[in-house]
Amino acid sequence: MSKLTVVEGSYAVAHAAKVCRPDVIPAYPITPQTHIVEELSKFAANGEIGACEYITVESEFSAISALIGACAAGARTYSATTSQGLALMHEVLFNASGMRLPLVMTVANRAMSAPLSIWNDHQDSIAQRDTGWIQLYAEDPQEAADMTPQVYKICEDNKIMLPAMACFDGFILTHVYEPVVLLEQDLTDEFLPPFAPEHILDPSNPKTFGAFADPGVYSEFRYMQELGMSAALKKIETVADEFNEIYGRYYGGLIDGYYLDDAEIVLVAMGSVIGTIKDVLDELRAEGKKVGLLKIRSFRPFPTDAIRNAVKNAAIIVPLDKSISIGKYEGALCTEIKASLYNTKIDIPVLGYMFGHGGRDIPPERIKKIVSEAEKAIVNGITIESSYVDLREELL
Amino acid sequence: MNKTTELFAPGHRGCAGCCDALAAKFMLKAVGENCIVVTPTGCLEVFSTPFPESAWNVPWIHSLFENAAAVASGVEAALKALGRKNDTKIMAIGGDGATIDIGIRGLSGAFERGHDFTYVCVDNEAYMNTGVQRSGGTPFAATTTTTPAGKASFGNLRPKKNMPQIMLAHGSPYVATTSVAYPKDMMRKVKKATEVTGPTYVHVHAPCTTGWGFDGSKTIELGRLAVETALWPMMDIENGDITGVHKIRNKRPVEEYLKAQKRFKHLFSIPGGADIIKKIQELADWNADQYDL
Amino acid sequence: MSSKLCIGGIVEPGSTVINKTGSWRTFKPIYQKEKCIKCGICELSCPENCIIKTEDGYYEIDYDYCKGCGICSNECPRETIEMVLEEK
Ligand SMILES: Cc1ncc(C[n+]2csc(CCOP(=O)(O)OP(=O)(O)O)c2C)c(N)n1
Ligand code: SF4
Ligand code: SF4
Ligand code: SF4
Ligand SMILES: [Mg+2]
Repeated sequence: MSKLTVVEGSYAVAHAAKVCRPDVIPAYPITPQTHIVEELSKFAANGEIGACEYITVESEFSAISALIGACAAGARTYSATTSQGLALMHEVLFNASGMRLPLVMTVANRAMSAPLSIWNDHQDSIAQRDTGWIQLYAEDPQEAADMTPQVYKICEDNKIMLPAMACFDGFILTHVYEPVVLLEQDLTDEFLPPFAPEHILDPSNPKTFGAFADPGVYSEFRYMQELGMSAALKKIETVADEFNEIYGRYYGGLIDGYYLDDAEIVLVAMGSVIGTIKDVLDELRAEGKKVGLLKIRSFRPFPTDAIRNAVKNAAIIVPLDKSISIGKYEGALCTEIKASLYNTKIDIPVLGYMFGHGGRDIPPERIKKIVSEAEKAIVNGITIESSYVDLREELL
Repeated sequence: MNKTTELFAPGHRGCAGCCDALAAKFMLKAVGENCIVVTPTGCLEVFSTPFPESAWNVPWIHSLFENAAAVASGVEAALKALGRKNDTKIMAIGGDGATIDIGIRGLSGAFERGHDFTYVCVDNEAYMNTGVQRSGGTPFAATTTTTPAGKASFGNLRPKKNMPQIMLAHGSPYVATTSVAYPKDMMRKVKKATEVTGPTYVHVHAPCTTGWGFDGSKTIELGRLAVETALWPMMDIENGDITGVHKIRNKRPVEEYLKAQKRFKHLFSIPGGADIIKKIQELADWNADQYDL
Repeated sequence: MSSKLCIGGIVEPGSTVINKTGSWRTFKPIYQKEKCIKCGICELSCPENCIIKTEDGYYEIDYDYCKGCGICSNECPRETIEMVLEEK
């Protein structure tokens, strides 16, 4: 049995990054990611990450740019960021995926300014949905730590070669102290082979990276990225199984279910709220309510088939979103789930909720209320397709 | 097959008489094949790497317009961490826009951190790749497509940003100014810059036939005129001290330089043009005096 | 182009040589060996690297790539290279 240690979520993730043996870590601080890069700088200062170069860059723009240079030169790279920092990287995120550089970043999810907010929601990484990065979301610090070697193994696969974000909720998970198993170096070495890319910047075999494409080839390059994402669909599952074999822990592959098999009401969510929902479902199941949970672990690639299969017998689907597309008034999960069900024979109502934006807490009672609203919608039909949970009308 | 042994291959799409092609040729000639080159977006990048072709016979990477120095930092860190740095030189080669304007944050950061690399700015004094718009390197009174001369304007209102001084202020152990018109001078300085440990900077004056409006055969001649009028002083600065200055044998009036280019043509016809030429002459005289050219 | 695309758009070195830029030329440089003092200025000044040293130390022009810019002619101290209108 592995030893449990009570540490901060950020420490667990920093430690996990360390045992993946990164060669280059360019880092820039931003709340609530800061503790991760501080812990890594301590590891580096104590010589605990081998010959790793820790670069104190002057901005997130340079952090991600240095990742590109380092990875193209053959290094395994790591960084972490959130919200404003991730948004500052936006242009470079596309560049990394287009160049097929398997960068790994932890995203400590946080709301986007304005108004300025340092608290958690998913708007930052959701806004980077189309940048061609794999995005996995963890539900607790242990999963966030365990996800780190998993994403390296996924994105460094030579059929995939795409960058990946391992997302976990800022403050709620980064700053919580919990007993976790710190990833063992020997197990990680067994699980994760060294990074051995086919093409690198090397004077003895001089290749050109980053040529420009004319209209005759551009779409084909984009399609090749799509093929990489498709390959990741399978790889995410197998890597989760391999991880389970070596470390004995499993969180689902692309998705995971909780009381899902016979559920009439299916809540859909990602991130730390999963834990709260599971507790609520235990209670509701005890009352005989047929409620289940679909946990989305992989938002990109989006597991369309797995989702269709998982929800096909439900009476109603209830996505709970920590993001909003302003002008559409719904969250990303809601939009994507609806889109996944269209053009199929599955005709199940989708009742969307947006919650937890800018760090607002959602109490278990409120989740129960959502469930009872869903029960009513099964009978009466849906009147409002998507809405904010507990919008404070008195302030508007 | 081509017959040259140069590391910058022919077949690239640079204009006939291109200054940036000359700069790339001289850089690689000076440094040899054991180097890795980072190039930001701009003329040189576009004309040298139209997929599936590349003019580069050394490992080369282009990421974006404003991040060459940061990409170079990453390359350098990777080589060190992987034990492959040895004698491999890391060079970034960027236009004036990429260097002086949009990329200055990343460049400043990389120099302040002290990465062992050389940054070469190929200064053709405007955003050529997008059609000759003004940059912070555009000289006083030059017209560009965003600083046209008109009834209320004589062109670019501001003098060039003094980028070499900015880089010097970072404590760089070697900063040099040179020109594509002086290949041996440029090659010596680039080689030296790559041999000095730490972040080093070479600012190369590069007359652009298309952007400045002169015949492609005169690229080198125009560069020489810029130096001989004292508008472009060439020097070595080692650990903060000027250790070498290119002396002018036969100082020319700035008119000779200005009248050879379309971008300054208006100065010879607009009211008050003579006063502006006088101001440009004063800039040149100040250089000659300040650096004892 | 029919060869398969390389992942990430990676390209082989020096491959622009398949693009013969000689077709761009309007004026053609004509090298007159008799006048040449082998100073090498033209070779150094050519942006296309198409002035090639021959075994005897003189030069020849690789017209496959010469764009006819005229820098070599302009820089030659002995007026050894003459630019003439290209006959097509
Ligand atoms: C972020 C961003 N802004 C603008 C551009 C458009 N752009 C591409 S190259 C260029 C100008 C390049 O100028 P310079 O660095 O001086 O190089 P030159 O082409 O003159 O050699 C511009 C404005 C871009 N590619 N990226
Ligand atoms: S515009 Fe100027 S820098 Fe750009 S390719 Fe033409 S000559 Fe070279
Ligand atoms: S004309 Fe220009 S391209 Fe042709 S050989 Fe002379 S310098 Fe080279
Ligand atoms: S520059 Fe003139 S003299 Fe010198 S080598 Fe060339 S052709 Fe001969
Ligand atoms: Mg320019």
